[in-house]
Amino acid sequence: MTRLFINGMETEVPEGTSVLEAAQGLGVEIPTLCFHPGLSAYGACRLCVVEIGDLRSGPTRLVSACTYPVQEGLRVRTHSARLERARRMLIELLLSICPSSKRIQDLAAEYQVERVRFPVRDERCILCGLCVRMCAEQMMARAIGFAHRGYRRKVTTPFDLRSEVCRLCGGCLYVCPVCELRCQGPEAPDPVCGSCQAPTCLPAREGLPGAWGVTGNSSVQTKARRGR
Amino acid sequence: MKIRTGEQLLMLERELRMAHDHKPCVRVCGGTGCRARGSEDVLARFQELLERKELGGSIELKFTGCHGLCERGPLVSIAPSEIFYQSVEADDVAAIVEETLEHDRVIERLLASDPVTGTRVRREQELPFYRRQHRIVLRLNGVIDPTDIREYLAFGGYRALAKTLENLTPEEVIEIMERSGLRGRGGAGFPTGKKWRLARAAKGTTKYVVCNGDEGDPGAFMDRSLLEGNPHSVLEGMIIGAYAIGATRGIIYVREEYPLAVGTLQVALEQAREYGFLGKAIFGSPLSFDIEIVRGAGAFVAGEETALIAAVEGRVSEPRQRPPYPVERGVWGCPTVINNVETWANVPVIIERGPEWFASLGTATSKGTKIFSLVGKIRNTGLVEIPMGMTVRELVEEIGGGPPPSREIKAVQIGGPSGGCLPKDLFDLPIDYESLVEAGAMMGSGGLIVMDDRTCMVDVARYFMDFLRDESCGKCLPCREGTNRMYELLTRICEGRATESDLDLLEELAQVVKETSLCGLGQTASNPVLTTLRYFRPEYEAHVRERRCPAGVCKALIHYVIAADRCTGCLACVSPCPSQAITGQLKQPHVIDQSRCLKCGLCLEVCQFGAVEVV
Amino acid sequence: MQEIEAIIERYGAERRHAISILQDIQARFHYLPKDAVLHVAARLRIPLIDLYGLATFYNSFSLTPRGEHVIQVCLGTACHLKGGTRLVEALERELGIREGEVTLDGRFSFKAVRCLGACALAPLVVIDGRYQPKMTQRKLTQIVARLRRVREPAEAAR
Repeated sequence: MTRLFINGMETEVPEGTSVLEAAQGLGVEIPTLCFHPGLSAYGACRLCVVEIGDLRSGPTRLVSACTYPVQEGLRVRTHSARLERARRMLIELLLSICPSSKRIQDLAAEYQVERVRFPVRDERCILCGLCVRMCAEQMMARAIGFAHRGYRRKVTTPFDLRSEVCRLCGGCLYVCPVCELRCQGPEAPDPVCGSCQAPTCLPAREGLPGAWGVTGNSSVQTKARRGR
Repeated sequence: MKIRTGEQLLMLERELRMAHDHKPCVRVCGGTGCRARGSEDVLARFQELLERKELGGSIELKFTGCHGLCERGPLVSIAPSEIFYQSVEADDVAAIVEETLEHDRVIERLLASDPVTGTRVRREQELPFYRRQHRIVLRLNGVIDPTDIREYLAFGGYRALAKTLENLTPEEVIEIMERSGLRGRGGAGFPTGKKWRLARAAKGTTKYVVCNGDEGDPGAFMDRSLLEGNPHSVLEGMIIGAYAIGATRGIIYVREEYPLAVGTLQVALEQAREYGFLGKAIFGSPLSFDIEIVRGAGAFVAGEETALIAAVEGRVSEPRQRPPYPVERGVWGCPTVINNVETWANVPVIIERGPEWFASLGTATSKGTKIFSLVGKIRNTGLVEIPMGMTVRELVEEIGGGPPPSREIKAVQIGGPSGGCLPKDLFDLPIDYESLVEAGAMMGSGGLIVMDDRTCMVDVARYFMDFLRDESCGKCLPCREGTNRMYELLTRICEGRATESDLDLLEELAQVVKETSLCGLGQTASNPVLTTLRYFRPEYEAHVRERRCPAGVCKALIHYVIAADRCTGCLACVSPCPSQAITGQLKQPHVIDQSRCLKCGLCLEVCQFGAVEVV
Repeated sequence: MQEIEAIIERYGAERRHAISILQDIQARFHYLPKDAVLHVAARLRIPLIDLYGLATFYNSFSLTPRGEHVIQVCLGTACHLKGGTRLVEALERELGIREGEVTLDGRFSFKAVRCLGACALAPLVVIDGRYQPKMTQRKLTQIVARLRRVREPAEAAR
């Protein structure tokens, strides 16, 4: 068992527990976006950053709670002015990418982010990787994944073409934090999907009625931007 | 022929020395810079002439690694007379053979000149560029042929390894490294001895030592020169390290942009195996160890420890959070020591000459020497090795030779895209890990870029941000999105479309990126922005408030004009202009039509009379 | 396909050799043909998306063929300060393509690369593997013009 301090409160948890889980066990809420209890922790959105270290012995540093393993005697702060500033800027960045996501709007309201000072791009993906991890870890399909790097990174299928291993399970849509529309089920024009605009939307690539039409190698994201 | 004992090694060394001593030797620099300027042709010509004159038996000819003074290549040095020739062309070789080699006469025009007195100097040591350096790690660069292990042996190579395996326990080796105070030369400066101790203590039967040869910092080529010029020094260091921590496997990760280094290393590895320095029962000890080369595939982020491990394992170079640190869980989950090329090259020297000697160099907290690549707006571009603690001023003025004619040095960038810019009034800062961090910069791997009054610091920040947003792995939000947004803001500033609040936003964003990014790339990405804002804020303000670029660089804010009083009307700039923006008759001053001008700078390049101005 | 097999055999059909195998394929064919990627994924038993991720992540790989003549403009810091960006712009004008693209006739492709580690030669341009130090806009356009006229790439670049 490992003993640590969260916001001054002492707690003991099994070795290998993440700081996030340890905090949740104490009822301390830390905002998350790319975290899902059924999938491996990824540490990409950085919303769950916490301060670790003892201010008396040196400056503290910020780490993502979801991926940080507990350590004996670790001192953690989950809320502070510094963390507040950081989270607000991260949310502002998220809003500038994905303003129409209800999930992000809710976060913005919670953290009182009322302005977006960056040019808004209005995309449909925040690259949190939940869909990728869902497809790989829960559905064991590995039909989608990340391609390219840096600001050109995106979630897609190999060569942006229809994946042969995709089973159309809809897991990616289910777990996506910004995908607002859900499949309409039997009412959909197509038994597989109706009008969801997630970038991993495969029927979209087929140009099926009621869905986005995508030709060649252009991604759904680009299409989304062009359509605006 | 395998060497099994230290005695055998010493005997071989003596034999090799005797065969080479007293023989005059011509050393042609085969570093990349000199090769690009034709040193291969110079070498070929020497070979031809020496053969024809049947001097091959009495005069040695070598193609060495980078000799350092890249600005003046191709370089040729002659032993034992120590004559140092620069800017040697293939056509000069005949004269060198006849005059210098056959008749001991010096060719004046090929000698370097002392920058202060202007007189020609014969010997390399007479040049401040070399005299002020303390070449320890680079001592054999420019002296030995890196593709022949016997040359390394003739100069005492692998003695440190023999001493280690015959006289020291792994614990003692680690203690020596700790006492020496050697810190990682890749950038962060983590104490090497401590790292080894942690790896030794970590649980696991299979352990790795890795050499980080990713050298992604633009403007840095120290590691390249070491790998190309003296690969065995790195190998020897790694074998000693393997013994110390109990590793059985070694990996050298080299970026793919360095094919010559990869080739030289392959030869070196083969030869080391031949002599028994790699393989089973090295020097008759229980140590069995070998090294493989893994080529990078083009990603700056792969220089980050955990990203490098990912690349070695065949995955994309995505960093992960630490802990666990590589010394606990590294390559394939095994304890791994990852050290930079230069760090490894220091190890044999420390073992041989002792930690106290090493600790006597440098400052209280930064021991030893550091290799820097001195580039940019400086007279003597090249590779230098200096003791820690030397001031920036001495490096730039004495060794670097100051700015090019009629220019003034404004700042230096140390540490690459993770480092920062230091203004000239901080040039009396000593070069050591702590002082640089305090000033907001970072030692980095050793790239030192000199900037003059024609360098726009906002443009520099923008340049680095473009680099970083491209090289970011893209995993975490602050780095991926933050570097992109900072680039956008800097572009707006450079184009004169920004407001005062944009500067505040830039600073605010830079802080959050620095604090919340997952790995070192993101955590240091803000440094170029934050240091230029800190030390060069007036330049930013000029761009924002006056829509003016004081250095005359940002295209949207400058104009090219032809000074009527200097224009001779020669028509040289008229037809090359890509947008036909220049009009003028012969012998009449030409005029640039600003509405057509693309600001490409071609007219400035072409004009022989200095009549084109940037305002 | 035989060549691809030979390359795979050289390292072993293991996931950890994926990058080395792709590098050799890139060197041989000057790009990564889609079929090659599919084949390697199947042989190494790697999910195709993972291999595609590798192929698109790293700078050394290209999924589209290069031009007959490959021009690399170094945009390392020293080269940038000495006018590297101007050289990129000059090439864009001269060839009519953007950085990273191939001309329609397939004869030229050019890429900006980050620091080749030869900073004393700034601004540096590498044309068909040959380092051309201290490049100027005029020299560059002259070389391109010469390459255009001549069908023998190896001769013209000298």
